[in-house]
Amino acid sequence: MKLVVAVIRPEKLSEVLEALFRAAVTGLTISRVQGHGGETEQVETYRGTTVKMELSEKVRLEIGVSNHFVEPTVQAILRAARTGDVGDGKVFVLPVDKVYRIRTGEADEAAVTPVAAEAPAAG
Amino acid sequence: MIAADVAWMLLSTALVLLMTPALGFFYGGLVRTKNALNTLMMSVCALGFVGVAWALLGYSLAFAPGLPVVGGLGHALLAGVALEPQGSIPHLLFMAYQGTFAIITAALASGAVVERMRFPAYLAFLVLWSLFVYAPVAHWVWGNGWLAGLGALDFAGGTVVHVNAAAAAVVAALMVGPRKDYARQAILPHNVAFTLLGAGLLWFGWFGFNAGSALAANGSAALAFVNTLLAPCATLVAWTLLDLWRAGKATAVGAATAIVVGLVAITPAAGYVGPLAALALGAFAALPSYFALLWRARTRLDDSLDVAAAHGVGGITGALLTGVLASQAWSGGADGLLFGNPRQLGVQAVAVLAVMAFSALATAGILKLIALFTPVRVSVREEGLGLDLTQHGEEAYARDEGAILVLPREAAADALPAAAAPQLAGGRA
Repeated sequence: MKLVVAVIRPEKLSEVLEALFRAAVTGLTISRVQGHGGETEQVETYRGTTVKMELSEKVRLEIGVSNHFVEPTVQAILRAARTGDVGDGKVFVLPVDKVYRIRTGEADEAAVTPVAAEAPAAG
Repeated sequence: MIAADVAWMLLSTALVLLMTPALGFFYGGLVRTKNALNTLMMSVCALGFVGVAWALLGYSLAFAPGLPVVGGLGHALLAGVALEPQGSIPHLLFMAYQGTFAIITAALASGAVVERMRFPAYLAFLVLWSLFVYAPVAHWVWGNGWLAGLGALDFAGGTVVHVNAAAAAVVAALMVGPRKDYARQAILPHNVAFTLLGAGLLWFGWFGFNAGSALAANGSAALAFVNTLLAPCATLVAWTLLDLWRAGKATAVGAATAIVVGLVAITPAAGYVGPLAALALGAFAALPSYFALLWRARTRLDDSLDVAAAHGVGGITGALLTGVLASQAWSGGADGLLFGNPRQLGVQAVAVLAVMAFSALATAGILKLIALFTPVRVSVREEGLGLDLTQHGEEAYARDEGAILVLPREAAADALPAAAAPQLAGGRA
């Protein structure tokens, strides 16, 4: 199992999600973060006060995947998140010691293998 | 001159002026966070650019004696516009009141091109459109032009303002093209509360727009005032019931839209129909606009904030219903179809069609002309980053994290980025 952590441009999020779902990657967490990857700072001016925005808005995705899913996941993100300009972001692949699925207590590979969605309970 | 009339028209002018920033909030709430300021600025800058164009030339093209299709240059640079009476108010005040109409009409069209139009091109569009589309059309109906001669009824500008702006909006949406994300990704309103605030302030300002169009503090103004209250009430009820019937939930964006549609629809009729007719007109007006909105969203026409469905369809409905419901007992003028004058409905239709055709063609010409000098649309990258950053260098919801003050003496050092960069990068590692 690996944890894929990607930091991408917020305006690319929809395309990345689309690519991931197409690659059958369904379980993920996102958070809105700020960071700096060497891109040109955005200059903003408010009533004569000029500021350089050193931190840009980014979106971080965290995706726990089984080993054979690592490559499709990474490739989907690389393809969908790329604009070619500095600031497109990074993808990190990290080793994972243990994974548990809270609902069932399943561990490791079983915990990151998606199950067919069960019909929601009536009511 | 009559003091009461002067007082009411002073107030009405201020009320109509408020409608333009209100429109900015109405539109601004409906776009995404990254384009909120740009959308507001489209309305705010109309205040300045159209206001100046109106004083220098637009007023003359609309209201100076001239040809049936356009006014003359007699009042250019406000020549001959001073404190002498025009009706029962000073001529100068009449000019200012009409100027606030020119401003909001130009701003209305912006709803079709939000989130993608380059701001300098938009400013050029504002000025040219207000001079060469709005002013002639205002002349046709209110400046003793050819539609006035025909007997078209347009109390406060259903055709001149709303149908006119909507025709321009559709053409502009087609020529600027859809947003890159349109029909590909969900594009959601970023602040529906702004939209409701804008709708509320528009309604407030609209009392000046409609009741002020009587140009006097008299019974006609009172009738228009009450109709401006009642018609949107009925539209709001009808729209909410439609929402409940179709989706089971009354929506806030729907309520804000309903208020505007009701106001648009009563605008041409405000001083010509009775209060019960205004209720009927308002309720009926919900239907065509409601379904036009649903239909439009399924097309490739990215009239982003539905100027056509709200102002175009609402304006046409109002203009035609004016031809049906106008009553001499209330208007002191023409009767409509219901009161035995079917010709009025025909005249109303001619006015609507003529304004739509002229506005569409002239808008296309103006946009083509601007495109010869400067790109009309932002690049795909700028569209992705948002127009607030790329067009204005500001954010609507800026946070101070990561913002580094650029002191004046550092501005010079920025000319040598290679020297500064390693030091900055080192601090972050």
